[in-house]
Amino acid sequence: MKRHLTLLSAATAMLISGSSMAAEELFIYNWTEYTPPELITKFEKETGIKVSVDTYDSNETLLAKLQAGATGYDLVVPSQNFVPILVSEGLIQKVAVHSLANYKNLEERWQKPEWDPEQEYSAPWQWGTTSFSYNSENYSGKGTSLKEFFEPSEEVRGRLSAFQTPDEVVSLANIYLGIPFCSEDAKQMKKVQDLLVGQKEFVVAYNSETMSDLLTSGEAVITNHWSGFSRLGRLTGAPIVYAYPKEGVVGWYDSLVVPTSAKNVENAKKFMNFMMDPVNMAMLTENQGYGDAVKGTAAYYSDELKSAPEINPPADLNVFFAPTCSPKAQSLIDKVWTKVMQ
Amino acid sequence: MTVHINKPATGNKAKRILPVGHYRGLGAWTVFFFIFLYLPIVVLIFYSFNANRMVMNWGGFGIDWYIKAFQNDDIQKAVWNSLIVATVATVFATAIATIGALVLARGGNFRGKTVSLGLITLPLMVPEIVTAVAVLIFFSAIGMNWGLGNVIIAHITFCIPFAFMPIRARLEGMDTSLEQAARDLYASEWETFRFVTAPLLMPGIVAGSMLSFVISMDDFIITLMVGGAGSTTLPVYIYSMIRRGLTPEINAVSTVLLFFSVAIVTAYWIVSNKSQTKTVH
Amino acid sequence: MSNWLPRSAAGRRWLGLAPSYFVIGIFMLVPMVIMGVFSFLEPNPYGGVKPIGSLDAYVKLFFEYDLEDNLVFNPGYINIIFRSFQLSLGATLLCLIFGFPVAYFITLQPANRRNFYIYLVTIPFWTNLLIRTFAWIIILGRGGVIETPLLAMGIIEDSLRMMYTDGAIAIGLTYSYLPLMVLPIYASLEKLDFRLLEAASDLYANRFEVMTKVVIPLCKPGIIAGCLLVFIPCLGAFIAPNLLGGGKKLMLGSLVQFQFASARNWPFGAALSMLLLSAVVITLIFYARAAKKRAVLEGSA
Repeated sequence: MKRHLTLLSAATAMLISGSSMAAEELFIYNWTEYTPPELITKFEKETGIKVSVDTYDSNETLLAKLQAGATGYDLVVPSQNFVPILVSEGLIQKVAVHSLANYKNLEERWQKPEWDPEQEYSAPWQWGTTSFSYNSENYSGKGTSLKEFFEPSEEVRGRLSAFQTPDEVVSLANIYLGIPFCSEDAKQMKKVQDLLVGQKEFVVAYNSETMSDLLTSGEAVITNHWSGFSRLGRLTGAPIVYAYPKEGVVGWYDSLVVPTSAKNVENAKKFMNFMMDPVNMAMLTENQGYGDAVKGTAAYYSDELKSAPEINPPADLNVFFAPTCSPKAQSLIDKVWTKVMQ
Repeated sequence: MTVHINKPATGNKAKRILPVGHYRGLGAWTVFFFIFLYLPIVVLIFYSFNANRMVMNWGGFGIDWYIKAFQNDDIQKAVWNSLIVATVATVFATAIATIGALVLARGGNFRGKTVSLGLITLPLMVPEIVTAVAVLIFFSAIGMNWGLGNVIIAHITFCIPFAFMPIRARLEGMDTSLEQAARDLYASEWETFRFVTAPLLMPGIVAGSMLSFVISMDDFIITLMVGGAGSTTLPVYIYSMIRRGLTPEINAVSTVLLFFSVAIVTAYWIVSNKSQTKTVH
Repeated sequence: MSNWLPRSAAGRRWLGLAPSYFVIGIFMLVPMVIMGVFSFLEPNPYGGVKPIGSLDAYVKLFFEYDLEDNLVFNPGYINIIFRSFQLSLGATLLCLIFGFPVAYFITLQPANRRNFYIYLVTIPFWTNLLIRTFAWIIILGRGGVIETPLLAMGIIEDSLRMMYTDGAIAIGLTYSYLPLMVLPIYASLEKLDFRLLEAASDLYANRFEVMTKVVIPLCKPGIIAGCLLVFIPCLGAFIAPNLLGGGKKLMLGSLVQFQFASARNWPFGAALSMLLLSAVVITLIFYARAAKKRAVLEGSA
C-alpha cells in the first residue's frame, strides 16, 4: 500500500514538474480583486511569465491551508502579524528581498519592519488602517475618539456595527483602554470583555462584509471599517466619513511572501521586484485605494486619490500594528470573544 | 414510462367538487411558494443593472457590470471551473448513489446494512470546515495534488448523500411486482433494469442529481481548502471578495448563469418533445 | 450483458455498495479518523496539532479555568450547541410546512409537466448563496423592497426593523434549504397510487384522514430524507445567522469555523465535530431502532 502511495505521489510530482517545465509560470494566491488584471498583463508582457491567480478569503484560511500541507503557490499575501507565524512554522522561505534591484525604492520607515527585521521574506503589497466610519447625515459626532465607537451616545443605540472576527475589534479596544496588544493578563482582558459586552447592547449587527451598505441605508450610524473600503463607499456618493480617533487606529500591512513549497521561486522574486517599481505599485494603489510603501508612487496617482482623506491620515495619527500574539494571549482573546458572543 | 394509470385530472374545471386527493388552497400555496422562491432572484437580477459599485444600494441603471464580467478572465475561469466540477461530481455521485440505493432498498436485510447506510450519509453529518481540513490533510499526506481533480473528488464524496436520499426515498416501499413480471417474461437482468427499474426510479434520480448539482455549485469552504493552484471556483471567488466588497458584477454573472441554465433546459424540452411526438405518430 | 455479475445475492450486494464504500471510505472515513485522532492531541499554537496525547479538548467542552485557575463548569458551549439544534429544528419544520404541499401539488400535475416544476424549484439555487442572502437584505432591510412601498403609502411611519432578528434568520435558512425538502418528498410521493386515495375515500375517510392516514404514511421515507437533508446542514449554517441575524450569537457552524481559523485550536474544533457527529448518529440509531420495532409489531399484527 505504502509503495503504491509513493509511486502515485512520484507520478504526480513528475506530472506537475513536467507541466511547469513547459513554460515559465507563476502562481499567486491572494484575496479576490486584490490583484488588478492590468498589472498582471503588464508583468506577463515584460517577462513572458504566465501568471495564474487564485483567491482566498482570510489570513486564517491561508495559514490553515499551508499548515495542512497545501502546495502549488509561489506567492501568497499575508498580513504583518501572520508573517512571523509563517516563518516560525517553516511555511515560507527566505528570498533575500533586501538584495532585489528595486529594494532601494522602499520607503525608509517600511524597510526591515519588526515582523521581518532582515527583510529576508517579505516585499510590500498594500497597507491600511482599521477604525470606524460614520454617516455624517445621521450622526452628530465628529469621530474624534474611540469612545464614540465603544461607548456610543444614545443616537447610536441599536445602530452600531462591529466586525465579525475578534482580532481587530479587540486591538481597537486595547488602544482605547490603554492595554498593550496581546496582553496575557487575565484582569486586563476582563476589562476588554466588559467593554465589548457593554458595546453589544448598541450593536445591530456584527458584520465584516457590508459596512458601507449599512451606513448608506441607515441601518447603522457607526460601523467598524477599513480605510480603503470606506473610501469606496464614499465614492458611491454616500456621506461616509472615516474617523481618525485621537487614541489611534489599528494598522495592517500585507506583503508578498514565498511559500516553502513554491516551485517558481525566481519568478516570484521577479514579481516582488516588479512591484517595488513605483509605476507598478502606483497602479496597484490606484486600483485598491489603500496605502503603499514605495517612494515616488504619488507622482502617478490620480487627483482624487491624492486628496482622499482615507489614505492621507493626519500627520499626528497613532497607527498601531498588531504583533503576533502568544498562544496564551490568543486564547484569552478567544475566551473574551466567545463570552461576548454568548 | 406511464405507471400510474389512474391519475385524476387536475381539478381546474370542477371547482365545486374537488377530486379525491385534491385540496383547496394547494394551488394558491404553490403560487405563494414560488413568489417566495423567486422574489430574491428578481431583486438579484434587477441589481445586476445597478450603476453603483455597491451591491446593495441602487445608483441608477447601467450594463457596465455585464461588460466588466465579460472582460474579466478570472471570473470566467471561476465559472467554468464551477460548471466542470458540478457536472462531473453530479454524474459520478448520482451513479454511485443509485446503485448504492438499489442495494440498500432492495437487497433485503443483511448484516452491515445499517453501517452501510451510516457510511453513505457520513459526509452529511460532519461540519463542512472539518471535512475541508481533514480532506486537505489527507490529500497532502498522500501527496495528491491534481488541482481541480482534488476538488472534484471531494465534491463527489459530499454529493453522494444528497443524491442518495431522494433515490432511496423513491425506492422505499416501491413494490417489485413489475420487475418480477418482467423477469417472468424472460427479460434479461439488464433489460429489466433498463426498461422497468430505471424508468421507475427516474423521478428519484432527477431529484437526486439536481440536488447534488446545486449543492456542488454552491460549495465554498471545502473547495477553498481542498483546491490546488488554478482551481478557484465561483463561490470561492465571490467569498474572497470581502476585502474589497462585493460588486454587482457578481449579480451580472449570476444572471448570465441563470439564463444559461434556462436556455439549456428549454432547448432540451423542445428537442425531447419533438422526438416524443415523432415516436407517437 | 450481465454474465460478469456475481451470482450470489451477497456478491451482488457488495458489488453495488463497493463504489460508495470506496469513495466515502477513502475520502471521508479516513480523513474523519484523522480528525478523531486530532481531537485527542494537543493544539499547536499556530494551527495544526502536536503529537502529544491530551483530553483538554473534551474537558473544554464542559469546563473552563476561571481567573483564579480553578476548573469550573462552563455551560457556554453546550448553550451554543443547544441553540443551534433549536434553530435547525425550527428551520426544518418551516421547510416541511412550506415545502410539503408544494411537493404534493407537483405530484398532482400531469406527468410531462412534473419535471418542469421540479426544475423550477431548483433554478434559483444556480445562483450563489451569498448573493441570494444579499438579495434578502435588500428585501427585508431598511428602505428595502418591502418597506419602501409601505412607507410611501403611509401604512408605516418608521422602519419595521425586520433585519437582524430571529425572524430574518428563519426566512434565510428556510429559503436556503427548501429544495432539500421538496425534492426528496416529491421523489417518494410521485409513486403514490391515487387509487389508494379513492379506496380510502370510498371507505368514508374524509379529506383530512386521506392525507394523514394514507398520503403521509406512504411518503414518510421522503419526509424523513428531506428533514435530515435540511436539519443536519442547518446545524453548520453560518451565512444566514451572520448576515441576516447580525451574528450576535455564536452558532455551531461559526464556532467550529472559529476554532480552525482565529482560535487555531484544531483539537477543540475536532472535538466539537465529534460531539456533533455522535449526537446525530445516536439520534439516528434510536430512530432506526424505533422504526424497526414498529415494523416488527406491524408485521406480526
